[in-house]
Amino acid sequence: MSTASPVVGVLALQGDYQKHRQMLDRVGVSSCDVRTADDFSRADRLIIPGGESTVIADLLRRFSLQETFSAYIRSRPVWGTCAGMILLAARVNDETVNPYGVIDIDVDRNGYGRQFFSDIRPGHMQLDGVDHRLDLVFIRAPRVTRVGDGVAVLLTCDGDPVLLAQNNVLVSAFHPELTDSVLLHRYFALTFAAEVTA
Amino acid sequence: MAEHKDLMTVKIGLAEMLRNGVIMDVTSAEQAKIAEEAGAVAVMALERVPADIRAEGGVARMTDPAIIEAIKKAVTIPVMAKCRIGHFAEAQILQALEVDFIDESEVLTPADYENHIDKHPFRIPFVCGCRNLSEALRRIGEGAAMIRTKGEAGTGDVSEAVKHLRLINKQIKELTVLSKDELPSRAKELAAPLDLVIKVAGLGRLPVPNFAAGGVATPADASLVMQLGAESVFVGSGIFKSQNPARMARAIVTAVAKYDQPLELVKASRGLGASMKGRSVAGISEEELLHTR
Repeated sequence: MSTASPVVGVLALQGDYQKHRQMLDRVGVSSCDVRTADDFSRADRLIIPGGESTVIADLLRRFSLQETFSAYIRSRPVWGTCAGMILLAARVNDETVNPYGVIDIDVDRNGYGRQFFSDIRPGHMQLDGVDHRLDLVFIRAPRVTRVGDGVAVLLTCDGDPVLLAQNNVLVSAFHPELTDSVLLHRYFALTFAAEVTA
Repeated sequence: MAEHKDLMTVKIGLAEMLRNGVIMDVTSAEQAKIAEEAGAVAVMALERVPADIRAEGGVARMTDPAIIEAIKKAVTIPVMAKCRIGHFAEAQILQALEVDFIDESEVLTPADYENHIDKHPFRIPFVCGCRNLSEALRRIGEGAAMIRTKGEAGTGDVSEAVKHLRLINKQIKELTVLSKDELPSRAKELAAPLDLVIKVAGLGRLPVPNFAAGGVATPADASLVMQLGAESVFVGSGIFKSQNPARMARAIVTAVAKYDQPLELVKASRGLGASMKGRSVAGISEEELLHTR
């Protein structure tokens, strides 16, 4: 498949998937909702949006999508934001969610506390040799408590890793889709893990 | 900590995370567990479901903190709670309890018939009910991060929620075809803030998520309100007043995820047992109606 004009799928079972679609429209790449096994085959890349990880995991089971999803996230570029990050992690501090274990990190669900502690924090990161300023929107966010050897930390906030990558998997504890900046959506759609899709 | 404008992003952000989900009324830790296992995206912690509030009468107030705390402990999903319209002291208590969302709700007896709560100073987001665009925009102007239809709570009759959704959609469409110089007088007619009227005219939708509530009792009801443009569904009495709450709850979650797939809705609707008995809105006297509050 061509990397020049990828179709970015957004898992559309529950959560703020429309927000991700709007960001991808602004980047100028094709995107689609992913709800069925057939939809997975149409997507070159996949975003797992924010929402409730318990519900998204439940609906994957309920609609018999577990195997298709599991195979996809082991072979194609995927990006999990917030709830999506929880689903992709190796371990979660909470037996209500069984994560799929495609990135070697442990996470603490709602590790920063309840909604009262949700906040926006400033972040800086280098991408393609350029410095970027980012608003990091944390909403009942998961906290990374362990980072495995093969995992790259791309951004930290107040000492915690909040954007990480391993092979074909990108995860963020925050919500770029709720900001004005399309930086990370452009990066994921066009640059991230290009060798996997080549 | 972030200032007001930033807080709105965080408040509306949580509402966005709840999209395409089901928020269920629960009155105990045990019910909250049932709701979470059935796939609820959040629970509303109450002392009595609206059907019982309606049947028992009297003044309905904020839930006992002990019940809210027990429910918070029982589940990992967001926990909402209701305060009376205009009762900012109840809202302050709910914020101190660290609930995740506050519903300034007409289901409880209003504390102030003139003013709603100024919701901007709170860190916790608010959801408010509305029957039309005028109410929706005033509530957003006061700082609501989510809007829901009022419907007619505790009836199991979806007709008021349908009426409110259709009216809001129609009034938004009307705004989008007005020219710029017609918007100020329309804002005056709506008794709504002009900046919000201009924003909605440009967006073609509300600037915050718009959920359905009030009388949703079956998977088909959930599909109906989703097809009419609701972005999530609140189910009050419809689950724990049905014959088999766990199955009804699970079926309504499936119905919201597959709201436009009739074959999936057949599967979800089959053999659920009796849904809540309910009461037709047409048979309720003017004084008993909640949505006029």
